[in-house]
Amino acid sequence: MDLTGWGRVTVARSRACRPERQQELAAAVVEAAADGIIAFGGGRSYGDAALNSGGRVILTARLNRILSFDASTGEVVVEPGVTFRDLIEVFLPRGFMPPASPGTAFATIGGAVAADVHGKNHDRHGSFGDHVRWIDLLLADGTVRRVSPEADPNLFAATVGGMGLTGIMRAICFRMLPAAGTHVVVREERMRDLDAFLAAFARVRDTATFLVGWIDALATGTDTGRGILETAEFAPASDIAAGAPARARAVPFDLPGFVLNPWTVRAFNEFYFRRVPAGGRQRTVPFATFLYPLDAIHHWNRIYGRRGFYQFQCVLPDATAAAGLRHLLAEIGRARGASFLAVLKTLGREGRGHLSFPMRGFTLALDFPRRNGAEAMLRKLERITIENGGRVYLAKDALLSPESLRAMYPKIDKFKAVLARVDPHETFTSDLARRLGLKALRGRGGHA
Amino acid sequence: MTAAPETWLVLGASSAIARAFARAAAQDGADILLAGRDRADLDMTAADIAIRTGRRVQVMDFDATDLAGHAVLIEAAREAADGGTLNLFLAFGLMPNQSDIDRDPALALRAITVNYIGAVNLLQVAAPIFEAQRRGRIVALGSVAGDRGRLKNYVYGSAKAGLSVYLQGLRARLYRSGVTVTTVKPGFVDTAMTFGLPGLFLVASPESVARACLKAAKAGREELYVPFFWWGIMTIIRNIPERLFKRLNI
Ligand SMILES: Cc1cc2nc3c(=O)[nH]c(=O)nc-3n(C[C@H](O)[C@H](O)[C@H](O)COP(=O)(O)OP(=O)(O)OC[C@H]3O[C@@H](n4cnc5c(N)ncnc54)[C@H](O)[C@@H]3O)c2cc1C
Repeated sequence: MDLTGWGRVTVARSRACRPERQQELAAAVVEAAADGIIAFGGGRSYGDAALNSGGRVILTARLNRILSFDASTGEVVVEPGVTFRDLIEVFLPRGFMPPASPGTAFATIGGAVAADVHGKNHDRHGSFGDHVRWIDLLLADGTVRRVSPEADPNLFAATVGGMGLTGIMRAICFRMLPAAGTHVVVREERMRDLDAFLAAFARVRDTATFLVGWIDALATGTDTGRGILETAEFAPASDIAAGAPARARAVPFDLPGFVLNPWTVRAFNEFYFRRVPAGGRQRTVPFATFLYPLDAIHHWNRIYGRRGFYQFQCVLPDATAAAGLRHLLAEIGRARGASFLAVLKTLGREGRGHLSFPMRGFTLALDFPRRNGAEAMLRKLERITIENGGRVYLAKDALLSPESLRAMYPKIDKFKAVLARVDPHETFTSDLARRLGLKALRGRGGHA
Repeated sequence: MTAAPETWLVLGASSAIARAFARAAAQDGADILLAGRDRADLDMTAADIAIRTGRRVQVMDFDATDLAGHAVLIEAAREAADGGTLNLFLAFGLMPNQSDIDRDPALALRAITVNYIGAVNLLQVAAPIFEAQRRGRIVALGSVAGDRGRLKNYVYGSAKAGLSVYLQGLRARLYRSGVTVTTVKPGFVDTAMTFGLPGLFLVASPESVARACLKAAKAGREELYVPFFWWGIMTIIRNIPERLFKRLNI
């Protein structure tokens, strides 16, 4: 079966299975162990984290049951294939929200723990892993271990943010957070340049519940870093106008490469900026519309054509953010590597995983269509990130080298030590793991 | 919580279509009884449906080949329906590889026992209860494989063909009591049975099949293909002369 990451840059051929019961999952791990296995959730990581060329892939989509729910605490136990969409649908009307949510509701909870995902409320609530109580982890030897910060802190820290390399999560217990409504009031404000943007973030990050910035990565000169800052709070029930939810549309096929060029993207970004009046505006929208704006268009990744695209996401610490972001944006602007709107957000603190992405600082994410020079460009951005003491997000990455990984993730040796302990035969491996030297570089199951 | 006016007994409830059907029926306001052999698995599905929908969901042991146990199960289901209407969704089945069957006659017997004898016995046991109830819906999953005996799947196909004829008769019998019997013939559905098989086209999701089943049941439809265009495909396949058909490798 051929699988790709969301960026569709690499196609990986592997043997896949899709268990529907826990018993089948356990049997699949035992049966496939010798070939090397990785879990594949919603397939929303951009690069090669869930791919395993020449090995085995276990799809978790059909293990999607909610196993328990405590309405007094918000504690819930789920199978790994439950999606954010499920959580929003089932629990938002009952006053609970996922503690952290990525920008797509099609991501699974297994994927969310494996990447220790962050949402638009990171300053306030931390990342997904911060809310996990325990994980039932299916290990290489076929046994199941209940992993928690108390029971085996190191294995817990290697599993949260560990990109599936410690084993397969078969059940996850976490706490949801109270949600004071089904809609949010979103306040949008124009930011004329990077300084204004960073100052505004500094002002609101400790008080706003949700905040996210959209930045025009093609703006240059005095406009560098201009964009829109969105902050959001739950809306009182009285403010909500009833209306049918909009139907999702889909991009039916790959768009030819020329559709996205510097001019069309520039025009789009200009439009996106001007759409918000100079004095800002305020709207009340369904929570899910605010969290998952791109989900309204299924398969939007096809707009980048058949060659696919890269997403670059880094975080820079507060202290170096201003200079570092300026440097990154200058580099991006110079290359004119047409990119849609970029996202700028604040993160509040380190995650609990050895390879967790978050640190206190600013995170920038943007897409690059895969065309000549894209890789060289990304390597430059990678270098700037390292120079500024930042790191690149593995859930998005497809290019990082083992050396860069080490420079960005200081706990890498602790992580490797856990892998050596719980998975000495490298049963769990992926294209990402081999690329980053986390597992032996050779492919498994015959051909690399 | 009070009992719902309708209760669906879902037999063979670990399969993807049955799970999706149970979820859909609960979302529609029915209580659910999940019956099958893998109790640990059914307990998880039961928790899931109860949490998602707020309906009552219970688990019952059921083995299609344990014919003596069918009466006990049906009686327990009738009690669980608690005075409301009991409905049946038959989703259990066994589809071994034809080549495996050809090597092992016992496997042919097993396939027939699960797919035909098990279903017939269960429905014979249940029929009087439905006649007494004077309402209710029965939905059984047949198969397009039952429309024509094929080289690749003829034992399974013959059991489903038998079941289809049986259901026609049962339909006529229960019609007189206001009970509807719906035979659903799914084409390619994205389930464990078909996952990874080459050469499939226009594969339907279990959720869409489940929704179609529920809709057809509520409308009291007699027979339907899902997706609907399988009716056309099977009409063609049924009309190929046997003289030619026997040479085909399908
Ligand atoms: C439009 C879009 C917006 C996004 N926005 C954000 C954002 O705001 N913040 C953020 O943090 N991320 C964001 N992401 C990234 C996404 O949240 C992560 O890549 C996440 O891991 C995707 O989950 P998935 O279920 O699709 O996992 P996959 O992509 O299928 O897999 C990701 C990793 O999880 C592992 N995994 C999956 N299931 C299991 C399991 N059961 N056991 C062990 N390992 C498992 C896989 O092996 C793999 O290493 C976004 C992605 C998209 C496409």
